[in-house]
Amino acid sequence: MKVAIPVDERHLESSVCLSFGRAPYFLFYDTTTKETYYLDNSAIENPSGAGIKAAQIIVDHGAKALLTPRCGENAQEVLRKSEVLVYQSIPGTVKENIDAFEAGKLTLLSDFHSGAGRHGR
Amino acid sequence: MKQLLILSGKGGTGKTTIASAFIALSDAKAYADCDVDAPNLHLIMAQDLEPERTDYYGMPKAEIDTDKCTECGLCKETCRFDAISKDENFTVDFFACEGCGVCEAICPANAISLKPTVSGELMLYVDSDRVFSTAQLRMGSGNSGLLVTEVKKRMKTAARPDADLAIIDGSPGIGCPVIASISGVDMVLVVAEPSVSGISDMERIIKTAETFHTKICVCINKHDINPANTGRIEEFCRERGLPLAGKIPFDPEAVTAVNNGQTIVDIDCPSGSAVKEVFRNTMELLFA
Amino acid sequence: MGDKSARIAVLSGKGGAGKTLVSVNLAFLSGESVYIDCDVEDPNGHLFFKPDEVSKEAVTVKIPVVDESLCNGCRTCVDFCKFDALAFIKNRPYVFENICHSCGGCALLCPEKAIWEKDKVIGEVQSGVSHDVIVSTGIMNIGEASGVPIVKHLLNKDVPKDLPVFIDCPPGSSCIVMESIRDVGFCILVAEPTIFGVHNLSMVYDLVKLFAKPHGVVINKCLFGKNPAEEFCIEKNIPILGGIPFDPELGALNSDAKIAARESERFRELFGSLLETVMKEVRHETTVDS
Repeated sequence: MKVAIPVDERHLESSVCLSFGRAPYFLFYDTTTKETYYLDNSAIENPSGAGIKAAQIIVDHGAKALLTPRCGENAQEVLRKSEVLVYQSIPGTVKENIDAFEAGKLTLLSDFHSGAGRHGR
Repeated sequence: MKQLLILSGKGGTGKTTIASAFIALSDAKAYADCDVDAPNLHLIMAQDLEPERTDYYGMPKAEIDTDKCTECGLCKETCRFDAISKDENFTVDFFACEGCGVCEAICPANAISLKPTVSGELMLYVDSDRVFSTAQLRMGSGNSGLLVTEVKKRMKTAARPDADLAIIDGSPGIGCPVIASISGVDMVLVVAEPSVSGISDMERIIKTAETFHTKICVCINKHDINPANTGRIEEFCRERGLPLAGKIPFDPEAVTAVNNGQTIVDIDCPSGSAVKEVFRNTMELLFA
Repeated sequence: MGDKSARIAVLSGKGGAGKTLVSVNLAFLSGESVYIDCDVEDPNGHLFFKPDEVSKEAVTVKIPVVDESLCNGCRTCVDFCKFDALAFIKNRPYVFENICHSCGGCALLCPEKAIWEKDKVIGEVQSGVSHDVIVSTGIMNIGEASGVPIVKHLLNKDVPKDLPVFIDCPPGSSCIVMESIRDVGFCILVAEPTIFGVHNLSMVYDLVKLFAKPHGVVINKCLFGKNPAEEFCIEKNIPILGGIPFDPELGALNSDAKIAARESERFRELFGSLLETVMKEVRHETTVDS
């Protein structure tokens, strides 16, 4: 199956990007074929609410799991309804996260922060 | 590089005064002002410097090509934001236009297009060993999480590798720009003000910050204007297990310092002494 | 009290400068008047007035609803939406109501006519009376995209024609502030006497000039010594309507949501004199215009 990860740089030693919606790139990794490819994140250009668009990209590319340090509630809505599982990434490189995922060591993300849409000043 | 973000739910609580004091005390080599609606930090930290300026393009807005326009009025009729009017020609009110693109889509003459608009300006101050990133959103612009992200990104990119602390002056509120500013920081210092509205805003910002699993601590500014409310804030922090970094009294001399372009630790004053304690406690928590 | 049809907005560049302090006290001292709180994300005026018999009206916006039986999954709506309020999930559009700006585009452009619009409540307008003041408050529900529809609703409400109206604006100079001052005859800019205050003042000053609104400045939290806000006004030839001193008693009253002009003779005089000056300016401006 396909796994998606927001990354800072286009290689496996890259750190996982701390932001999902505004990550510069997404890595897609196929656990069966071991193929990887990178995609520029077009959601980064959104003035606000990049999360939904980023989630849409993940869904459109057929990923079934997302590994990320955090995720907004709007993005999570898109992912949950599309049956994409969201896992809490671990500190370390992308490679370390993929290995941890394949070894079944990652847990599902449980806390989602508020995103775009006014929440009061 | 550890990043400390200073937030309050409400405007006017003293974020910038405290942020500038922290920068002076820590001699931080990287700092940023994420309050892109009303940036103030540069007024203390960079008065005499010229920054690198870059245009920021926000939401594109509609523009009518009067040569192609047949004046059918369909755009005006359909616009939900009352942004199109007719004087001599059909024109789009720049400030009312929300960039939804409906007029562009329905114009039978293809006379309308969405054009990128400069909705702000990014400024980067680079000195011998320090960097300061800030921005100003133009009036009439909407929310901008992207601009805040850009401000932080530029600070990180321009900072020297040996910079070990970055101080970020955050924006008021709890919407998208604040989320963008919290993302990726190591600790949030919430500046609370002991007033009825200040307390409810503080509670909301703390709830928002907690979902990020960053360290959080609270300090109370102008605590002596209402000791009863200050007590309420202290109680709230105790109940939630939030460390209180300290309290700062209201101090007219703080105003004098700021008006002279100085931080409160550049002169000898009560708020300056108090903020040193807050700084010490905050740094201890941040580097723990 | 002079020109009864005065419609006055109170603005500041940043929160905390004293908009509510000024607008609440001026309305209170005007006797029969109207106070409108357009700071819909964080309305505070009603905390001071505590109006009686509050009536509530919901404010709604149109939100798209997809009829899945008519939808053919073409994605035209999802691809069109400039705000990314529509996601495409399991072959059908999904609406993020809090992101939607209610532009109506998706419903209009759907080739299958599969999208209709429902009314969604985004907030309310509350009205009541307190001390002869009609208190009208706009409140936006947490999480909504824009408060502009609430401000429009607030300002469209009928009020008795001969009463002065004080509009407490949101801070800043964004679109919701512009909407709040659209039909006013005069703007009071509240500024703090610090270099920050001047910077924030200059933003709302640019705004009122852009909209060609007669205006004047009130400087709040004045202390002895340098007053950059005053210097700015003198330099730009902006009328200074008055100053409010920094005063711990005022701070305490304010932080407990008490109307200073009601609680203390000293502040009654201070704000009374400010009100007189404001009305003189307003009348002068109207005479000049006619």
